[in-house]
Amino acid sequence: MAKTVLAVDDDADYLAQLEIQLLAAGFEVWTAESVGQAKEILDQRRPDLAVVDLMMEHMDDGFTLCHDIKARDASIPVILVTGVAGETGLDFDASTKEERSWIKADALLDKPVRFEQLRREIGKLLKE
Amino acid sequence: MDTLRVLVTDDEAEMRRAVDRALARFTVALPDVEGEVCFAVEQAESGEQALEKIAVQPPDILMLDYKMGGMTGLDVLDQLSKQEHEMLTVMVTAYASLETAVVATKRGAFDFIAKPFTPAELKDTVRKAAAHLLMQRQARKLAQEKRQVRFQFISVLAHELKAPLGAIEGFLQALTNPQVRANDEACAQMIGRCLIRTEGMRKMIHDLLDLTRIESGAKKRELAELDVVEMVHRSIETLTPLATERNVRIEVRTDGPIPMMADQGEIEIIANNLLSNAVKYNKEGGRVEVKLSADGEEAVLAVTDTGIGMTAEETARLFRDFVRIKNDQTRRIMGSGLGLSIVKKLALLYGGDATVWSEPGEGSTFTVRLKRNLGGEPAAAAERAVEA
Repeated sequence: MAKTVLAVDDDADYLAQLEIQLLAAGFEVWTAESVGQAKEILDQRRPDLAVVDLMMEHMDDGFTLCHDIKARDASIPVILVTGVAGETGLDFDASTKEERSWIKADALLDKPVRFEQLRREIGKLLKE
Repeated sequence: MDTLRVLVTDDEAEMRRAVDRALARFTVALPDVEGEVCFAVEQAESGEQALEKIAVQPPDILMLDYKMGGMTGLDVLDQLSKQEHEMLTVMVTAYASLETAVVATKRGAFDFIAKPFTPAELKDTVRKAAAHLLMQRQARKLAQEKRQVRFQFISVLAHELKAPLGAIEGFLQALTNPQVRANDEACAQMIGRCLIRTEGMRKMIHDLLDLTRIESGAKKRELAELDVVEMVHRSIETLTPLATERNVRIEVRTDGPIPMMADQGEIEIIANNLLSNAVKYNKEGGRVEVKLSADGEEAVLAVTDTGIGMTAEETARLFRDFVRIKNDQTRRIMGSGLGLSIVKKLALLYGGDATVWSEPGEGSTFTVRLKRNLGGEPAAAAERAVEA
């Protein structure tokens, strides 16, 4: 059976791209355009993995959603996608264990995401 | 209260003490810069000693005797001209003549006072110097703030331009994937989105140029008599396709032509922005009412929509550069975030204003008031617009 991915981004175009690429790679994709929509989906189903955009309506929506997903089921891998580093000069990554424990995401990717890279991260996290 | 440091350089001790006494309890109120200053006097008995003290910490005002044993006042001025400082020098001399004043001013002195002088004359000279210094400081502060605003603007602009570029790049990348290309319908959709985002980017650059022209005053304004009602009808024509697509009805209420002196391009920008917003942010099947009236010297354009509306917190930010209200309902609506900021600046340029009333879920009314005959003070109005 196809693995399921929850994709969350408030930019409809980025979300569409994620969906197209993930579908082409053989995943089943559930899309959400906001934290609210994502939570509605999570109330009903458990995805095998989640890809979450960091900055949505509020600066920290992505972080909040990561926490929420991990609180529901800590075994769901979460990839956090961010344009933050490039745009604001803010620098953070999840290379050390300590940083990962704070961010609550299993991987961080910079926008624009290269799909092959995203595919590799997903592969690693799903231990394909 | 600010304290300005005054360094009195004179080889006569009596002279130095006299200045000290005169300025000890002297304060100057400077209403122009909303400041008040007092003075702390230090003394130097020769030009050499003055230079040493200045090297350690330059005073704000240097009172410099023209004729001293050793270095003269002019020698000190020469030395100081090689350094960078914001200190003001007041030359003091017993030989009051136009010639010495000219020489001293040429070498960088700010003002000139003749010996013997009364405490009142001294205070008057010091007051002038203090006012000049504080004005200078405030001008510098304003320039700094302006740079900051500019920098912020450019950062946001870069972000806003990168978003569509990133979206287009993502679609193009997806299209390099053969599996994705196999799906014709998805391809057509992606190409369509690329075109829409490109158009959005073009619109943003267009708005940005409008904004820059208005703010810099670089564009020559061509004021001619035109009819606001006719301009609005033209704007409605260009918006009809969008309104039809969204099933939004536009109604105009007016008692007849409203002539005014204006730049046609500017009125077009105002009408197009307000009307396209009223259609874009409306509900499917909604209504737009445009009310045009002449109120004394002013033309009043009020555009009411039956759209999504805004909270007070949202309307408070609305007229600023790059502000777009982000929520579930606005996410799919394209916009540069510059339109209303441009409308506001233009309205101020016409001695008027742009305001908004809004109720979440019910709709909004944008009202623009414009002076119909801007004979009076276009320069002052332009300045207000730039400041806003």
